[in-house]
Amino acid sequence: MALKLYGTVASDATQRVQACLYEKEAHFEFITVNTAAGEHKTPRFLARNPFGELPALEDGDVTLFESRAITQYIANKYDGRGTDLIMKDPIKLAIQTVWMDTENQRFDQPFSKLIEAALEGNEGGNKDVREYERKLESVLDVYEQRLKESKYLGGDSFTLADLQHLPGMHYLRSTKAKGWFQGRPHVRAWAADILSRPAWVKVAAMSPW
Amino acid sequence: MAIKLYGAAASTATLRAKACLAEKELDYEFVTVNMGNKEHKTPEFLTRNPFGQVPALEDGDLKLFESRAITQYLAHAYPDNGTNLIIHDPKKMAIVGVWIEVEAQKFDQFGSKLAWELAYKPMFGLITDEAVVEEHEKKLEQVLDVYESRLSESKYLGGDCFTLADLHHLPVLKYLFGTKAKRLFDARPHVSAWAAEIQSRPAWVKATTA
Repeated sequence: MALKLYGTVASDATQRVQACLYEKEAHFEFITVNTAAGEHKTPRFLARNPFGELPALEDGDVTLFESRAITQYIANKYDGRGTDLIMKDPIKLAIQTVWMDTENQRFDQPFSKLIEAALEGNEGGNKDVREYERKLESVLDVYEQRLKESKYLGGDSFTLADLQHLPGMHYLRSTKAKGWFQGRPHVRAWAADILSRPAWVKVAAMSPW
Repeated sequence: MAIKLYGAAASTATLRAKACLAEKELDYEFVTVNMGNKEHKTPEFLTRNPFGQVPALEDGDLKLFESRAITQYLAHAYPDNGTNLIIHDPKKMAIVGVWIEVEAQKFDQFGSKLAWELAYKPMFGLITDEAVVEEHEKKLEQVLDVYESRLSESKYLGGDCFTLADLHHLPVLKYLFGTKAKRLFDARPHVSAWAAEIQSRPAWVKATTA
């Protein structure tokens, strides 16, 4: 039975999962959730994701939510197929996990606030936006140092630590934030590398932003 | 000693790592980072955590930061020590993974902000911003409503055993329970029972009194 992914092509969290499914060459059915009609707040959808957010994944009798939990599940379930997204060596995996957590705890919040502000038409103006930009730039400073020593964030190969960043990096590169890459050549090279992966190109082609 | 934890006694992230070390019954050396002297911003400390925050962990040659990466490493590296904090069945572990993310993505941002306003600020002689408190309590309540529903079907957040999904909450709970925010938990019977139970675990009591 195929996996079922409930989400939208505009949702960055859904895109994170799509990228993972394509990397793992997993078969899945994409079921669009009609957010304009409030479908994600209906009891039926809340049974899949009690926070009423996208995405949710059904795999037979188990339903998961939170994109980063879903990608980890997929990466493990399809071990041996497509791209290896999880380091096999436990020490290397521990280091990969550090950078996955960095995306979760440091990159994601300011990025999410920036994209929210942009959707509200608030891109340039207020001091909160500048605060998020400042935070994100200081995260990129740390990434610049890391990527001087390591080809990818999690280690010497592309893993979930990089994949989790794809929607965010795609967004930054297509906005004025791409100026932030100028003084950060390793971040720029890494972004160019991961954003050109065929799996991501497929997701980006469907994305309205 | 093989394991060294660099941190500050009052830091929730440091306590998260300590909770895990205690559950796993692992010996370690605790090295206090003098935040008052900005030790966490020194070049030496930045080699341990480039974000200049606590905690950082050393296990032999391995250097890690991010408390939730540290706990996951310890849970996997020491499966036979102390409490089992992960589940081997992939589908069951996937569900634990969901609730680990819920704490990281939803509970923590509101819980930590409330802990800062209601618990830490008074400690530092700063004034609590009641508008921020009100806003964040509303948001935390929405999260706790989901927890109440979840915990009415499941003994622990991740399933029928205590796992990292529960453990990660302990430090913020500790601080919130000393403030008026405790009433948000008391108002929800399953959440209240769960919070009381996990905070009474011997390992947590040890980690917070040592």
